Amino acid sequence: MTQSVEDGSSADRLVRFSTAERMIHRSIAVLMLTCMATAAVLYNAPIAVSIGHRRIVKLIHITCGFALPVPILLGAVFATYRADLRRLNRFRRSDWTWLRSGKRRDGSIRVGKFNAGQKLNSALSTGAILVLLGTGTVMYFPNITRLSWRTGSTFVHDWFALAIGLLVIGHIRFAIRDPESRVGMKTGSVSAAWARKQHGAWAAEVASEAAARNGAAEEEADVSGRRADAR
Amino acid sequence: MTTKPTADADMDADGGTDTDEVVESGGTAVGRRIVLGVAALGVAGILTGRTLQDRLASVMAPIQNADPTGLTSLIPLGNTFRYYSVTGSVSRPTAENYRLTIGGLVANTKSYTLADLQALPQTTLVRDFQCVTGWRVPQVHWSGVRLVDILDAAQATSAATAVRFLSFDGTYTESLTLDQARRSDVLIALQMLGKPVSHDHGGPVRMYVAPMYGYKSTKWLSAIQLTAEVVPGYWETTGDYSVDGFIGASNGRDDDPVG
Repeated sequence: MTQSVEDGSSADRLVRFSTAERMIHRSIAVLMLTCMATAAVLYNAPIAVSIGHRRIVKLIHITCGFALPVPILLGAVFATYRADLRRLNRFRRSDWTWLRSGKRRDGSIRVGKFNAGQKLNSALSTGAILVLLGTGTVMYFPNITRLSWRTGSTFVHDWFALAIGLLVIGHIRFAIRDPESRVGMKTGSVSAAWARKQHGAWAAEVASEAAARNGAAEEEADVSGRRADAR
Repeated sequence: MTTKPTADADMDADGGTDTDEVVESGGTAVGRRIVLGVAALGVAGILTGRTLQDRLASVMAPIQNADPTGLTSLIPLGNTFRYYSVTGSVSRPTAENYRLTIGGLVANTKSYTLADLQALPQTTLVRDFQCVTGWRVPQVHWSGVRLVDILDAAQATSAATAVRFLSFDGTYTESLTLDQARRSDVLIALQMLGKPVSHDHGGPVRMYVAPMYGYKSTKWLSAIQLTAEVVPGYWETTGDYSVDGFIGASNGRDDDPVG
């Protein structure tokens, strides 16, 4: 833990995302939405004809597509990003219970920093981005593979684009319904009350870390007090 | 300082327990497996996609091509027209103000109205439409004036070896050699899919060059010029497409020929 992150926490606000994570999230969002908008122009007949400019739209789409992995890879430099990636990767038994439960939103199942839906979304999105990147590369460099793979890549690119579009729309829909989660991504911190309800296990984890720090600080104060006595 | 609980203690221990809510490192690396699984699905799709696509397309093409809303085109199912426009909005000439001009290396410069073209002998072809990007619409009805009839009326000079097509979108151009242009399966199309060529399909008048990939069939046709040599067209200068765009014999593709 770095000092600055700890300083952002107070009794009623918990630090959820670092500046680096929020910048990376924003970059991915801009690139992904640009890819989706240009894809709509390239694929949907009425939009294609009304917007036109196929060559420029294609150029924007390809540029943003190839740029999309850059912020994701850049994240590896930041410890906060790596730590959250680790959390997203691990599914515990309670995650499966949460997914199956009809009461998953009432806070009765204590959720860690990320709920199972967020974990699923991040894994599926990462996989789909990899596939879109690979198939897009095959389509963009027509001479690197045989024709049937190129046709296959076009087919896969079409379907995965549709799937990731639905994932992104779902992701945005959940964010719209939960204003405090948006505050978390915008400012980096969330209210303790929201964290206790939506991510109870994480709120407890943050609290116990804070308690451990306070304990350590008191211990130090004790030691220096005793030294003062001994003098 | 203090020893804080280490979150990384059993990072890679699969099948961990759920007892400790403080540390989130337990559990299994499902996320990584999902990523790899999705990637494997993608690879499988690349290898088998061509077959899958053909099967889906044969079922879906009739439905998609009859859909006036274009909404089914949101579902990437198969062999249906995709609409390409290389400029901004394209003007919509009326039947009254539309003109097709014939010029360049000809004895008789001409200008045809839509009615003029409709009054000429019409030829009907039922042929596939094959795009160089892979999609192919089966058995499309085309009808219009044979290009050769228009060329004969204009009387190319001896210096002319090629025909250039211009679009009223202001940007798109295409070319054929004079020999290619004189083929009987090269039409100035007035009808497509059994009705007047719609704006989105390049109406009111477009080219249909049956034996070649779709990019050779200029949409929104406004002028035909005879030239001393072939002038490479829009996608041939910006997209490395073959100038002689015969289906199955160009652009590195092996599609079945049309015609």
